[in-house]
Amino acid sequence: MTTKKMAIIATKGALDMAYPPLILASTAAALGWEVQVFFTFYGLQLLRKDLSGIAISPLANPAMPMPVPMPVIVQMLPGMEWMATTMMKAKMKKKGVASLEELRAVCIESDVKFIACQMTVDLFEFEKKDFIDGIEFGGAATFMKFAGETDVCLFI
Amino acid sequence: MNYDKEFDASGLACPMPIVKTKKALADMASGQVLRVVATDPGSVCDMQAFAEQTGNALLASTTESSKFIFFLKKA
Repeated sequence: MTTKKMAIIATKGALDMAYPPLILASTAAALGWEVQVFFTFYGLQLLRKDLSGIAISPLANPAMPMPVPMPVIVQMLPGMEWMATTMMKAKMKKKGVASLEELRAVCIESDVKFIACQMTVDLFEFEKKDFIDGIEFGGAATFMKFAGETDVCLFI
Repeated sequence: MNYDKEFDASGLACPMPIVKTKKALADMASGQVLRVVATDPGSVCDMQAFAEQTGNALLASTTESSKFIFFLKKA
């Protein structure tokens, strides 16, 4: 069986959008695939040592299921994002959904390669010490080299 | 069915039943059988896809009340 390959570009840093790249990467690795994830723009948040700041907002998100209907004007109030995030995390825990930290650890353990986009690291003035160890820093050409050989290539 | 090792994935949601099944198989010898118990209904399709893609044989896939039971033979 030849090894299948998957490349993902992770561009989002909100709680809901942080899950798909990490779920797919960890699953593909469990299936024996070779996986690389290129984190750019807000996706870089997923490579920071501390993931506790990753949040979800009900604002401009009409598809989010709400326990009670909430007018947009209320969703704008201070503390609403914190509340939505706390509630979502509690629900995820109750339903057996792994934490982002756990999924990321699985990826690292199963040799998923993480690449941070150097251009956006510089753009946002992030420092290398803010990121987890063992990642690479590169640009679009680095991504394309591997992406060109893959069976599955996703932009998330 | 006889088995050599058991892994209880009850309460875990996608993708952890698959990810942890892979881990449970890691220290087993070729030909040994792993019994997996899961409560995630998605694991019925997922376990079959896992078996097909990894070469580990899915010997049986059954449902007992609200539990899904799988027997995997390590490749």
